[in-house]
Amino acid sequence: MSENIFEAKADIDLGTFSVLYRILARDIRVALRRQSDVTSVFFFFIIAASLFPLGSGSDPKLLNAMAPSVLWVTALLSCMLSLSRMFASDYIDGTLEQIMLSNQPIVLIVLMKVLSHWALSGLPLVFVAPLIGLQFNLSGAQLQILALSLLMGTLALSLIGSIGAALTLGIRGTGVLIAILVLPLYIPILVFGAGAVNAVSIGMNPSGALSLLGAVLAMALLFAPLASAAALKIALE
Amino acid sequence: MLRVGQNSMHMLGKNSMQIYEKGLLTSRNVLAADNLTSVRGERLLFEKLNFELSNGTVLYLQGANGTGKTTLLRAICGLSKPYEGSVNWCGENINLLAEDYCKHVLYIGHLPGIKEDLTALENLQFSLALSGTKFNFTRATEVLKMLGLAKGLNLPTRMLSQGQKRRVALARLWLQDMPLWVLDEPFTALDINATNLLKQKIESFANEGGIVVMTTHQEVTMNVPKFEQLRLDA
Repeated sequence: MSENIFEAKADIDLGTFSVLYRILARDIRVALRRQSDVTSVFFFFIIAASLFPLGSGSDPKLLNAMAPSVLWVTALLSCMLSLSRMFASDYIDGTLEQIMLSNQPIVLIVLMKVLSHWALSGLPLVFVAPLIGLQFNLSGAQLQILALSLLMGTLALSLIGSIGAALTLGIRGTGVLIAILVLPLYIPILVFGAGAVNAVSIGMNPSGALSLLGAVLAMALLFAPLASAAALKIALE
Repeated sequence: MLRVGQNSMHMLGKNSMQIYEKGLLTSRNVLAADNLTSVRGERLLFEKLNFELSNGTVLYLQGANGTGKTTLLRAICGLSKPYEGSVNWCGENINLLAEDYCKHVLYIGHLPGIKEDLTALENLQFSLALSGTKFNFTRATEVLKMLGLAKGLNLPTRMLSQGQKRRVALARLWLQDMPLWVLDEPFTALDINATNLLKQKIESFANEGGIVVMTTHQEVTMNVPKFEQLRLDA
């Protein structure tokens, strides 16, 4: 199967964009060959979020009130679960050294790695969260804003998380350390993300919270790859 | 099998001659270490190291384990910054050249730099993409076959032996055209056949004007324009 794909793409022009595309495509291909890594994050989110309605009784008002925070916190935790894997396998098998010696800007390559992490861990949550939201008696408008806030928020989570992943590279037992490093930085994303859904719940306009979430995302897009690239260089020395 | 290998070698030799005529190797390149000092923790590995390598030179680093051979290679690639001094490429500090320098270096380290979930070809395609080299499917298959990997082409590299993984990593030497090779123990885990192929490849590369810096614990004699040895001892 893979052979045909190669024959079709054998001779390509390798500008910056094709190199970056290759990096993204390779990460996704590796992840698809090792599906357990991706699916575990996905199912953690579904199961953890589904436990709350089961544990808190059948009061629809209560469920509706706690839905934004529960869904956002579980999304945040499941994104964090997979952070330590963002650069670790590349570091262990030596691919990261080769990436550092690429003739493309390292910042852009890091950005691609973050995007592939997001596509595999954050993006699926955006699609499944509205379904889980139904268990919490969320209205259509709330579900829309939930999906939109997660779309922006999970990308920001991956971006900021990449700094933690890069800083803890090569250290044993990184899970808790990453959490301590990035959770404080995740707070604004959680506040504005859940805040946007909460705003809809009480009949307010969510655009304020969403704009602030967008601002956090823009900042993260600008600075996180720079910081991660610098941290990766240090990790490889 | 040996015959196939020799045939392909001949053909690939011609191909690399073409590269030589139009490519990077025609230009005059100089790799120089200027007062290079490296420290690991509290320990001084090497101090005030100076050398200058021009086209056609193979520098063979010797020294016991832990004397800083790998550190020196990594400093030459720009992966780690030396404690003092600088590495210069054609007169310019490699730290300032950054990505422009990476275009010229092919580094194969201890770690093979291949993904175990991908096949040999997929791995090569990615390695080549990182350096912006076009991936030619037929040529890559040819090189892998010549290196004795004909049977494992469509297997994830996880299934390959240590020596075979090494060959996948080394296949890049036949597919990329960089003027400087930095090789850390390239002969490790290779059998006699592959060792000979690699040796011939290094020789023909140096004869075409390439520069090679390598470490190895094996005794090698090379038929190259300039063969230099450097002993790193504490």
